[in-house]
Amino acid sequence: MLSIKNLQASVEEKQILKGLDLEIKPGEVHAIMGPNGAGKSTLGYVLSGREGYSVDDGSATLGGADLLDMEAEERAREGLFLAFQYPVEIPGVSNLEFLKAAVDAQREARGEEAVSSKDFLKMAREACKQVNLPAAFLRRGVNEGFSGGEKKRNEIMQMLLLKPKLCILDESDSGLDIDALQVVAEGVNSQRSADRSFIVVTHYQRLLDYIKPDYVHVLSEGKIVRSGDASLALELEEQGYAWLQEQRATDETA
Amino acid sequence: MSNWLDSAVTRADSVSDWLSPQRKQSLELLKATPWPTRKTEAWKYVPINVWDRAELQAANGSDTSTNSDPIEGLESIDLVFVNGELKSEVPAQLPDGLTITALAQASDAEQAWARETFSQVKPNRHLFGLVNDVLAAEGVLIRVAAGTEVKTAVRIINLVGEGCESHTRVLVSVENNARATVIEQSSGNLLSKTTAFAEYRIGANAYLEHYRFALQTGDAMNAGGSHFELAAKAELNSTLVGFGSQLSRVDVDVTHAGEHAFAKLNAIYLLDGKELFDLHSTIEHAVAHGTTEENVRGIVADNSRAVFNGRIHIHRDAQKTLAELNNRNLLMSNRAEINTKPELEIYADDVRCAHGATIAEIDKKALYYMQSRGVSRAQAQIMLNFGFINELVDQMPNEALAQWLRPQLRARFANMEVN
Repeated sequence: MLSIKNLQASVEEKQILKGLDLEIKPGEVHAIMGPNGAGKSTLGYVLSGREGYSVDDGSATLGGADLLDMEAEERAREGLFLAFQYPVEIPGVSNLEFLKAAVDAQREARGEEAVSSKDFLKMAREACKQVNLPAAFLRRGVNEGFSGGEKKRNEIMQMLLLKPKLCILDESDSGLDIDALQVVAEGVNSQRSADRSFIVVTHYQRLLDYIKPDYVHVLSEGKIVRSGDASLALELEEQGYAWLQEQRATDETA
Repeated sequence: MSNWLDSAVTRADSVSDWLSPQRKQSLELLKATPWPTRKTEAWKYVPINVWDRAELQAANGSDTSTNSDPIEGLESIDLVFVNGELKSEVPAQLPDGLTITALAQASDAEQAWARETFSQVKPNRHLFGLVNDVLAAEGVLIRVAAGTEVKTAVRIINLVGEGCESHTRVLVSVENNARATVIEQSSGNLLSKTTAFAEYRIGANAYLEHYRFALQTGDAMNAGGSHFELAAKAELNSTLVGFGSQLSRVDVDVTHAGEHAFAKLNAIYLLDGKELFDLHSTIEHAVAHGTTEENVRGIVADNSRAVFNGRIHIHRDAQKTLAELNNRNLLMSNRAEINTKPELEIYADDVRCAHGATIAEIDKKALYYMQSRGVSRAQAQIMLNFGFINELVDQMPNEALAQWLRPQLRARFANMEVN
């Protein structure tokens, strides 16, 4: 599904990703954990094609297609979805209008027929219900005046409608209370399937109680320094990330 | 020196009616007013000589726009002027409390209040306002009787044929405790010259919902104004939408003459090609406890030019005034031009005022966010532009008008070049 090899990327001349490798097969859920500044969010931005993030070396393919060569919208149409840590507020553009434009564009790119406005409204209402957002949010400006939790749920709602192949959840748990966390997790779990993969980027283990990962990776200094199964997350929860520094110190003296 | 102005002064002699004493005063002022040059502050960024130079030859080309069609879902009385002549019959049956009279048919009682309003609400510094004073042979008087709420909107439409001039005048009195909606609308793109001015008196505790859709484009030159005087506790909610043409100018004046009045002014301009749109607004807080909220937003594409001059003048006695003026612009090309000048002039010491102007390019973060969902960059840009403007459209109290307007704005965006 997703194959990342030796990915090196920088922002404003500062190298953030320093040779990242990651292989994700269809249906797998991978958690990426790590301390602040490790490059967790950068990975999502680089894969989704945010301006200002330049790839210096390496490759990333989704279903065999070279992601790094595409415009942001083309990556989305290939089936990549990034749930933002800080979803953007767009006053004046209604949530419904935005979602319809996104779904229309993706269907058109796949050569599928457009959904009628009426059917789409039905789908969108259903998706709202699933993430526990009142349908009135469809008429509001995109994320405009939404609380932190509402924004996160709105991201998951978009994921439900777009049905991507690969979902990257960038700290979708940050700032959420336990109820909202469960709603987010249920939304994600409902979408788990044999042909859909997830990257769950998180600082804390808490979210992984609800979304059980197949693999857990530790990202530090722009590289994956440790990989394991779900038990690694528990270990990190107990130990924190201090051991990384010790390890680095040992590496440097060695 | 202006040949056109000379001809206007000459033509003024043929306009003679019960307003003649008032018209005469304006004519004297007009004769003493020099044609603006580049050094005239009020016309600094406007190539006003195109107005003077353009020779009009009446042609058979007529305005083909369908903007005089009824607006779906809007209950309105539509009055259509073509080349300055009122072509609509005033309906015999009007809602309770509403009186509409053609200028020529005004009764003595109508004339009495109209004389008190004509050229009294509108400041006489406006050159084309004076021109309109002396040349607007036709117009309408609209009166809403005290204490009545008129739900039917009065919609005044100006259409101008190719090679024609049009000068029309509207006088409105919303009496104490009354409520009304008035729409001023103009459209067309053929070479022509229009002046359309309206003066409004809003009585104590009265409410006026006002729209001005200045949608002339192309070669249709126009200069006009909407001018308001607010009595105590009066409320004005006004929305102005302007498209540019080779010369489009609107002057808005609001005077807080009574305490505790509230004025909300939203204005939008959308310019493309080589269009020009010039909006000047002046808010006079003459008395205490007045509130003004003015939000002006524009999108300026290609080679077009926008001018916004927004002045808020708080007189010495206007304590406890609340006034906010904000002008935000989106610049779509490096050839487009915006000249914005918010001015606050404050002579009272206990007031809360804010003003600001911004010129920005499109929000890159929002653009990326939309692209990350599969929306193309070009479409995302159109949606963002529309959103920027739509925030003010959403605030229009009349949903039928908002729905009528949105597709017209969308059509403008779809044509705008993204670069």
